[in-house]
Amino acid sequence: MNVLAIDSSNLVMGVAVTTGRKVLGELTTNSRKNHSERLMPAIAQILNAVGLKPADLDRIVVAEGPGSYTGLRIGTTIAKMMAWTLKKELVGVSSLEVVAQNGRGFDGYIAPFFDARRGQVFAGLYENKGREIVRTAPDQLLMIKDWITELRKLDKPVLFLSNDMEKWCDLLCSESYATLGESTQNVPRAAELARIGAQKEPVSDIHHFLPVYLRLAEAEAKWLAKQER
Amino acid sequence: MKIDVNQNTMILAIETSCDETAAAVVENGTVIRSNAVATQIDIHRRFGGVVPEVASRHHVDQITVVCEEAMNKSGLEWKDLDAIAVTQGPGLIGALLVGVNGAKALAYAHDLPLVPVHHITGHIYANRFVHELKFPLIALVVSGGHTELVYMKEHGSYEVIGTTRDDAAGEAFDKVARTLGLPYPGGPEIDHLAKEGAPVIDFPRAWLEEGSLDFSFSGLKSAVINYIHNEKQRGHELNPADIAASFQQSVSDVLVKKTMIAAERVHAKQILVAGGVSANSKIRSEIEKAASTRGIPLIIPPLSLCTDNAAMIAASGTIGFLKGMRADLSLNGKANLSIEDF
Repeated sequence: MNVLAIDSSNLVMGVAVTTGRKVLGELTTNSRKNHSERLMPAIAQILNAVGLKPADLDRIVVAEGPGSYTGLRIGTTIAKMMAWTLKKELVGVSSLEVVAQNGRGFDGYIAPFFDARRGQVFAGLYENKGREIVRTAPDQLLMIKDWITELRKLDKPVLFLSNDMEKWCDLLCSESYATLGESTQNVPRAAELARIGAQKEPVSDIHHFLPVYLRLAEAEAKWLAKQER
Repeated sequence: MKIDVNQNTMILAIETSCDETAAAVVENGTVIRSNAVATQIDIHRRFGGVVPEVASRHHVDQITVVCEEAMNKSGLEWKDLDAIAVTQGPGLIGALLVGVNGAKALAYAHDLPLVPVHHITGHIYANRFVHELKFPLIALVVSGGHTELVYMKEHGSYEVIGTTRDDAAGEAFDKVARTLGLPYPGGPEIDHLAKEGAPVIDFPRAWLEEGSLDFSFSGLKSAVINYIHNEKQRGHELNPADIAASFQQSVSDVLVKKTMIAAERVHAKQILVAGGVSANSKIRSEIEKAASTRGIPLIIPPLSLCTDNAAMIAASGTIGFLKGMRADLSLNGKANLSIEDF
């Protein structure tokens, strides 16, 4: 099975192509956020580099969120459009689950997170079970202070993985249970996305596949709050 | 550059610049094979206007749906197409990005040329479904985001000779409608209400300096709001129908007069009206009268093609395609794209 993986959920932009258990190619940047300009050329470049045509693909896997709304829309739109028009399978994978793969072998919990502004983070909780990394708690949006308090109660080592680590370093370093990921562990790998995505069930309705924003649009949240009053 | 506009072409276009997700297939720039539109008007009504983030989210939900409908109804296969056209701007950036990236994915997947289109040229080219364009011409573009007089000396050539210095005409309609407590979108509501009233209130008309073809609607908008405020303070009962009719008359007078000045100045062989506000019945009838008095042929698209749609983007994209305009896979949406760059 030829798989194309696309991740544009945050600052990192990654694309990868795998076939069976083999990684054919991978391209990652972690510096600029002009994904709308660079993602489609990157897809063309990686497929060209590994000698595949769009029609040779069997499945397209996209990091579905949480993350930057705009970034998610760029990746999701391209993935949907390619899967629909080429009649290929489409799979969505949590963007946090992709980062969690970088904690393979860690004895304890793996806690990937993305900064979500206003003191909040998009956070996930995973752990090693045999050869697999499994989800322990659903991905969620919460205050980082509350998240730290919650994790402290688990009474086990926790590996924090985040490309936004610097912003929260001071807060996390003082926690005795915390290990902070190395720079290379904090960057999600599109080849991992392809690997996990190859094992999942494809979506049944490509048309209405949407990013997982984990947060309502502000206007919508305000409107709902007004209705409840 | 002179181009032969009668070549056989088949173009799929995508439009997502505001609150309509649309895809269409157009043959030879003049025949609509399909025209799919998923409107979000009902979704944004409760917010009293288009919310960019909400619009962008809905575009992702509808983008492949409208493309599938457009392709199915066209009776064509991908190999029958000559190019993919897409609205590059102007518009809401988050909304534009969905269409642009979707179009790039299609162009790449089927190895088709990609043609960027300026949204306003789409509105202008909606007129080519009604009648072949004759040059030179003057196009009055009026919508929620635009009020422009565009001079075209030939196909695919655009020069802005008048533009609004503050609010777009459609924006003024929406704001006045909101002040009168009318639901969103305000344009059709004012049009409807005005029919029950008369233009008895003398609201200002901004002619600006002598010979200027520019527009200004913020003064008019404030005048209407002040009038309502003052009448309420004096305890007078408001007549919303008269207010709507008077406001509409004021907008219409300025739009029509400046369009006629522009048309006479360039010896226009045609006057085109384009954009959502051209659905307004008052503006339609007044400009028809003025053009016919002067003996200048006038084209206004049918109501269904006045609001945002992808058929018009395909029509303009056809000209761009024939002119050799191409974008590569790095094409990006541009919120404030200038028509004169095209």
